[in-house]
Amino acid sequence: MLSRTADNLFWIARYMERAETAARLLEVGSRISLIPSAHGYRSEWDSLLQALGARDLFAHKYSEPGQRNIESFLFFDPENASSVSSCVTRARENGRIVRTALTSQVWDALNTAFQELRALERKPRSELDLSLLTDWTMRNSAQVRGAIDATLLRNDGYNFLNIGYYLERADATARLMDVKYYVLLPRVEFVGSGLDNYQWGTLLRAMSAHRAFHWAYGGDITAAKIAHFLILNPQCPRSLITCARGLVNHLDRLAAAYGPRLAAQEQAAALLAGIEGATVEDIFDEGLHEFLTRFIGDAAALGLAIRDAYLTGDVR
Amino acid sequence: MTYFNEMFQDGKTRPPYARLANWTESMPAPLRQMKQAEAEALFRRIGITFAVYGEGGDPDRLIPFDMFPRVFTGQEWSKLERGIKQRARALNAFLLDVYGRGEIVRAGRIPARLVYQNEAYEQAVVGIVPPKGVYSHIVGIDIVRTGPEDFFVLEDNCRTPSGVSYMLENREIMMRMFPDLFRENRIQPVDSYPARLRRTLASVAPAKCKGEPTVVILTPGHFNSAYYEHSFLADLMGIELVEGQDLFVEGEFVWMRTTEGPRRVDVIYRRMDDAYIDPLCFRPDSMLGIPGLMDVYRSGGVSICSAPGAGVADDKAVYTFVPEMVRFYLGEEPILQNVPTWQCGKADDCQYVLENLGDLVVKEVHGSGGYGMLVGPKSTQAQIELFRDKIKADPSNYIAQPTLALSTTPTFVEEGIAPRHVDLRPYCLCGESIDLVPGGLTRVALTDGSLVVNSSQGGGVKDTWVLAE
Repeated sequence: MLSRTADNLFWIARYMERAETAARLLEVGSRISLIPSAHGYRSEWDSLLQALGARDLFAHKYSEPGQRNIESFLFFDPENASSVSSCVTRARENGRIVRTALTSQVWDALNTAFQELRALERKPRSELDLSLLTDWTMRNSAQVRGAIDATLLRNDGYNFLNIGYYLERADATARLMDVKYYVLLPRVEFVGSGLDNYQWGTLLRAMSAHRAFHWAYGGDITAAKIAHFLILNPQCPRSLITCARGLVNHLDRLAAAYGPRLAAQEQAAALLAGIEGATVEDIFDEGLHEFLTRFIGDAAALGLAIRDAYLTGDVR
Repeated sequence: MTYFNEMFQDGKTRPPYARLANWTESMPAPLRQMKQAEAEALFRRIGITFAVYGEGGDPDRLIPFDMFPRVFTGQEWSKLERGIKQRARALNAFLLDVYGRGEIVRAGRIPARLVYQNEAYEQAVVGIVPPKGVYSHIVGIDIVRTGPEDFFVLEDNCRTPSGVSYMLENREIMMRMFPDLFRENRIQPVDSYPARLRRTLASVAPAKCKGEPTVVILTPGHFNSAYYEHSFLADLMGIELVEGQDLFVEGEFVWMRTTEGPRRVDVIYRRMDDAYIDPLCFRPDSMLGIPGLMDVYRSGGVSICSAPGAGVADDKAVYTFVPEMVRFYLGEEPILQNVPTWQCGKADDCQYVLENLGDLVVKEVHGSGGYGMLVGPKSTQAQIELFRDKIKADPSNYIAQPTLALSTTPTFVEEGIAPRHVDLRPYCLCGESIDLVPGGLTRVALTDGSLVVNSSQGGGVKDTWVLAE
């Protein structure tokens, strides 16, 4: 397979997953802003932007971080590379470039998302409430994902798509947790407070994992249970361990098909080993924020290793 | 002016269309509109669209598809086929000659200036004999008809003629929508084109290539208006669709970057102009090409289809001499005639053209796509005067031809069925052997009275049938 084709497939998956993350963040932000502001000196929306690393870009374009502006920024803004609109547009463009590597169902799903997005952009904003936008994003991302799973050959292209999905999802889960833990809570005294639990609950909802969590754990929501669920529980489809296993699986399949094992396989194995060997206590001893920061860094390094191994086609 | 109608002559239905006469009666307007919408939805779904350079607007615009087929009998076709193959052979013989000893020039059959000072003449490939001696591997010959037996070649396309995907898709869609028609009429299939193209390309692999050659299509990228066609052909031939950035030169070969490391490429079917394929040899600012490609080509490490330099044969000034080429290289009389052409570069011709602008079609020598042309009888006095000034300023840049009475075929229009002017572009394959699928692309000028069939000027396309004997 052409390296450029693999690269495009990898990024189709990343962009679709990233669009979903943007929508989930919108939902987190909006729900959190619905409860009375107990602390009063910091806006939740502002924290969200900070966590995204997009505070400067936002401040440059918009006057204040109200819901309407955030919606524009996270959903519609073509200048924000991580907005739903940017991601869906680029995923579809990448799909167009590698049409021959996709089934018509996958192309249909990508193309439909893009055409509907254009239609959404033409509608008056007063007709578009936030839940409509987030639901739309989830539905389209699920449609693309479903078409891939249902119709695509299980060849190297399928592996590159999945590697893109798992890598992006691992990063998103880690960041969403970090937003909550490190940024949202105003002061350390609030840990374990009603506000704290409310925020954790919101996070679960945004990951479409609220009910699953209760089935799996029951009782009160605590930081330890959440950390276990989103990091260590292989039943949770968005947990870090699920993502790491997916990465290892699909990278190993590539190595089996192509022959040599490369640095990417070793790094993925190390990433997984780091989680499989850990307990919730270990993670809290290290500090959740520190653990997540380290994980995000390792995942990014793995992304580079994958690029060097397969996506540039440089002489080996 | 009266026009030859390919379906009706002297109040009777001509034989090729005999079985279509009832077909239209069985389709009342509502059904027809439904079918038309269905066809459009199919095209849209497949993603077959056409973007026009410089027009802006919807880059995913469809070329209008007319459901009324254009039909040739087997007999009509066999004459066309012989003429097309003959012409393709002569054009390739000419190319091999002018980059070699130039016998045709020495013999005084074509002016040296026209060849060697031609913009499309590539100094960089002088002396090269490509595999099988072929420069132009896909020759698109635009043919118009003025009577039952009267076919004229309007122009030759020796570089990278486009549109073949429409020939294939039009047929695909017609077969899906009107299977009965295909049961009633014995229509020769065209769907072997991709396999035959692949065979042609593989047959010109360089001598250094042992075993099954790796063939790729080189596209300028997905912003190109013909990108759909590039990916369509790659898909049907089962070969990689590459961009310049996917290829690199190392040692004496060209390689493509794959997920399993570099892989050698033997034949490149390029869908971009000479000027862009190698920044070291041609345009240094080209971001689309592969640096060093021409060195590999010259040393026989890779085949390029069509070969760089092939453009010198399809220039509109050289066109006049193609019948001469047929006589000179093949010792035969041309089966297909040229349209009489005046070269504004010649003083006598130029004077005639300037005196008769109102009756002539004037074209730029290097123009294509229906741009930069004047259709005298359909133009205003102001447009004619504008062209008069242009011709005077640079006479050798223009040629003129009589306004031909282009044949018409029945076409579905708003009000029902009406005759519209058509042309035909068959795609002749030249490799180890010369090959032609029975069919081609029929373009139709959808505007009443219009003689310009180019899709960039609002033309449409039709399925083209060749009936089995």
